[in-house]
Amino acid sequence: MSQPTSRDRVAVVEKILGANERLAADNRARLDAHGILGLNFMASPGAGKTSLIEQSLARFGNRARVAVIDGDVATSIDADRAAAAGAQAVQINTGGECHLDAVMLKEALGRLDLRSVELLIVENVGNLICPANFQLGTHKSVLIASIPEGDDKPYKYPGMYQGVDVLVINKIDLLPYIDFDMDYFRRGVEALNPGLVTFPLSCRNGEGLDEWVGWVRALLSAK
Amino acid sequence: MHELMVTESILEVALRHADGAPITDIRLVIGDLSTVVDDSVQFYWDFVSEGTGADGAILHFRRIPAELQCLDCAKVYSPQEDLTCPVCRSTHIEIIRGKEFYLESIDVAREPLATAAPEKTGNGT
Repeated sequence: MSQPTSRDRVAVVEKILGANERLAADNRARLDAHGILGLNFMASPGAGKTSLIEQSLARFGNRARVAVIDGDVATSIDADRAAAAGAQAVQINTGGECHLDAVMLKEALGRLDLRSVELLIVENVGNLICPANFQLGTHKSVLIASIPEGDDKPYKYPGMYQGVDVLVINKIDLLPYIDFDMDYFRRGVEALNPGLVTFPLSCRNGEGLDEWVGWVRALLSAK
Repeated sequence: MHELMVTESILEVALRHADGAPITDIRLVIGDLSTVVDDSVQFYWDFVSEGTGADGAILHFRRIPAELQCLDCAKVYSPQEDLTCPVCRSTHIEIIRGKEFYLESIDVAREPLATAAPEKTGNGT
């Protein structure tokens, strides 16, 4: 028996975010059970997440089979835009939280009619740091960079660039007006995520969007 | 920042492993490439742990420096400002260490079997 004031060390070795990861696995199973492809859109504020959703919806045949979950600190502006573009849309207001987590996604999934859905797009809170640390249960992580952000972002936010499955470079129509060294940008990306699939495009003039939508379609038909 | 939620998770994991015993110390391992800020976790800790079995427990942070390996020349290095390999300038690198974030161990105070651990104490005594 231990002495009254003695201490015992208890080995734990448990990931702090393990609970989130377990819930993310539940979310994934739920999507899989409905045959739904889940994409997690991450980007800094203003990179064009919502615009990419709108432009993608405009190119999908059956928009009613797309669901969008929008995460923002406040307002339903983004979900309203996605709904206006023809998707089933749900807004999550995180209060002050800087990212979506698996708990919030689980709750939002409960507000959607998943039976009619083929593609789920989750629009994360605009932030290049925190969302990368919280799995949601989606199948692919999509990072949307944009030309006005500057070419140094891979170097400054390595965690985000390392963890994604595909990179969209939006607003390439602005390249003539902005000092953005594409080689420097791509070298940074390549260092962090070798061979990352990349789609340079412009949501404004439509350039490159067909290639991006083709990539999503290929994933859908593989589901 | 998300340290409040992270701090709540630390408490949850610690209490689960303490099995009802009062927790005196908590050892955390945090890689330099994880985005967790020690000071911020410490800031929230007192609020989050108040009135729980981990009230007053001391947080110990062990930081793991980032370590990368060049996939071309196999050089292992600690990144400075530049992530590229300092020897061959290659950009094909792999993270070996630095993304850890886990609770390593806790210390719990053991009371004699005859004396039940007191319920939470109020403010002052």
